[in-house]
This record gives sequence, C-alpha cells and structure tokens, in this order.
Amino acid sequence: MNGTKKQQYKNGLIKGLPVGLGYLPVSFTFGFMAVSAGLPVWLAVLISMTNLTSSGQFAGTNLIISGGTYIEITLTTFVINMRYMLMSLSLSQKMEPGTSIFHRLLFSFGITDETFAIASVEPKNISGSYMYGLITFPYLGWSAGTFLGACTSGILPEIAKGAMGIALYAMFIAIIIPPAKKQAPILYVILISITITCLIRYIPVFEFISDGFCTIIATVSASMAAAYFYPVNKKEDK
Amino acid sequence: MKKTLIAVFLMALVTYLPRVLPMAVFRKEITSDYIKSFLYYVPYAVLASLTFPDIFTSTTGIVTAIVGTLTALLLAHKEKSLVVVALCSMLAVFITQILL
Repeated sequence: MNGTKKQQYKNGLIKGLPVGLGYLPVSFTFGFMAVSAGLPVWLAVLISMTNLTSSGQFAGTNLIISGGTYIEITLTTFVINMRYMLMSLSLSQKMEPGTSIFHRLLFSFGITDETFAIASVEPKNISGSYMYGLITFPYLGWSAGTFLGACTSGILPEIAKGAMGIALYAMFIAIIIPPAKKQAPILYVILISITITCLIRYIPVFEFISDGFCTIIATVSASMAAAYFYPVNKKEDK
Repeated sequence: MKKTLIAVFLMALVTYLPRVLPMAVFRKEITSDYIKSFLYYVPYAVLASLTFPDIFTSTTGIVTAIVGTLTALLLAHKEKSLVVVALCSMLAVFITQILL
C-alpha cells in the first residue's frame, strides 16, 4: 500500500463511506425494533457500539428480549460470528508485515461482512491506517442509525416498518452479485451455499441444526468445494 | 437490568474474539493455495446463506419480499451502490405494500 499514513487513512475513509451510509437503514431498523420491543434507547445504542454486527446482534438482542439464558445468548451470537474468524484470518494475510499487535487488537473490532468485503478486494497489502479509515464511517453510521431508529420508535407507521426489514439483505445482494457476474466460481459458491442452506432449513431431519450452524455448514462446504475445483492463484496480487 | 448488561457484554465478547484472534495470533502468511482459495470464497458463501431464504420472510408478506428481492437483484446486477440497492429495494417493498 502506497502513500503516507494520512493518505492511507483517507483512502480507507472514502472506501468506508458507502458502507457507513448503507448501515444507516439497517441499524435504524435495529434501534427501532429493539426499542419497540421494550429496551431503553441507550441500551440499543450500547449494543450497537459494542457489537457492531448485524445478524449476531439482531439474534442476541432477540434472545435478551425473549428472556434467553446467558448460554443461549452467548452461543447463538458466537456461532453467527464464527465467520469473522475466517475473515480476520483472510485479512491478516493482507496486512502489511510491520503492523503492530496493538493496532491489530484495535482495528479488528471493526471487521464486518462489508468492511471485510472491501478490504479483501484491495489489490495490494493494507495498513493499519487504512483499516482505521475504513471502519470509521461504518462505526459512526451503525451507532447513529441505531440512535435515530431507537428515537423514532413509536412515531413511524407500521407500513414503513415492514419495508425496512429487507434493507440488510438487499445490501448483501449488492455485495455478492457484481463479482458473481465476473467470476463464474463465485456464482457457483453462492448457488451451492444457498442450496445447502435451503436443504438444511426445509428438510425435517435437519431440524436440530440452528440457523447459525446452518450458515456455517453451508459456508464451509460451498467454499471447500469451490477451493477444490476452482483454486484461486492470488500470488500476482502481492 | 444488570442481567441485560451482562448479556450485552457476553455478546460483545464473542463478537470481538473471532475478529481479533486470527488477526492478532496467526501472523504468519498462509502458503496453501487451497486455504487461500477457501478464504477467498467464504464471504460470498456466508452472505448468500444469510440472505437466502431469509430475505423472503424479511417483510410483511411473500409478494412484497419477492418484489424487493427482484429489485435488489436487478440493481445489483447493474452494479449500483449498496445504498442505492438497499433504498430502492425498500422503496419497492413499500410501494408494493400500498398497492396490495
């Protein structure tokens, strides 16, 4: 990665801006839902500021509201978030060699599906400064959106609420479709993963598998198959 | 409230650990092409599995969900930005809800 630390930070900041904006409707939905279900505004915002994740946080909060045990809440959240290990591992391969452990401990907090997606397609190695820039707007967007949604709870009509649930998924689609257009193996991975997810969800024998585990199984099998049949040679990226 | 705060702390912890451990501990470069390829495909597989089939139950009804999904797919195929795709998809759901 070229340029001074400031330039790298700025580069990350610019790349993170659309993610931060994209988080607004999603975190808005979260804040709105959490407060509608009876949590105080500050708690909804605290959850967003300390978790900074979508599905895990949604699921965990859902369990808090329905009176789940510590074990249920912790396990469910962990299983959903296990995918971050793969992303973090993947990004650790892209970090500039001299990146200190102190910075790694800090900016790792900001690894999300979207920041990972952006950082992982950077053509060159990435620096700590870039990572701090990249996660700035997503963090602000996630926190601010939650606050706004939490404050709006009760004002918004039911019909608008119904439309917000799709925002998160629409964003995911916007992330995976463009690369799938260009690279057939990515399209295959997507299709295999969806097929496995649907099989596990809809075949009664697999009822014991939670949604979080289902995603892990689908992800690991689809990615293993694709890695076997379509190995990626990333050497030229370095 | 104390119980809720502990639960939030536990959630934060198990969200942070998977993010930080590989980044802070596995600092050697992976040389296996297989593992590299595997990691390359993971995000697409995760996001696909998280999206489908859940997107079809993310709104108040299957028809609005299908309209929203098709809108998102079409705009994503046209390589519109995340925000545009999310907003238009929500708008499509909203309009369909009113029409139904």
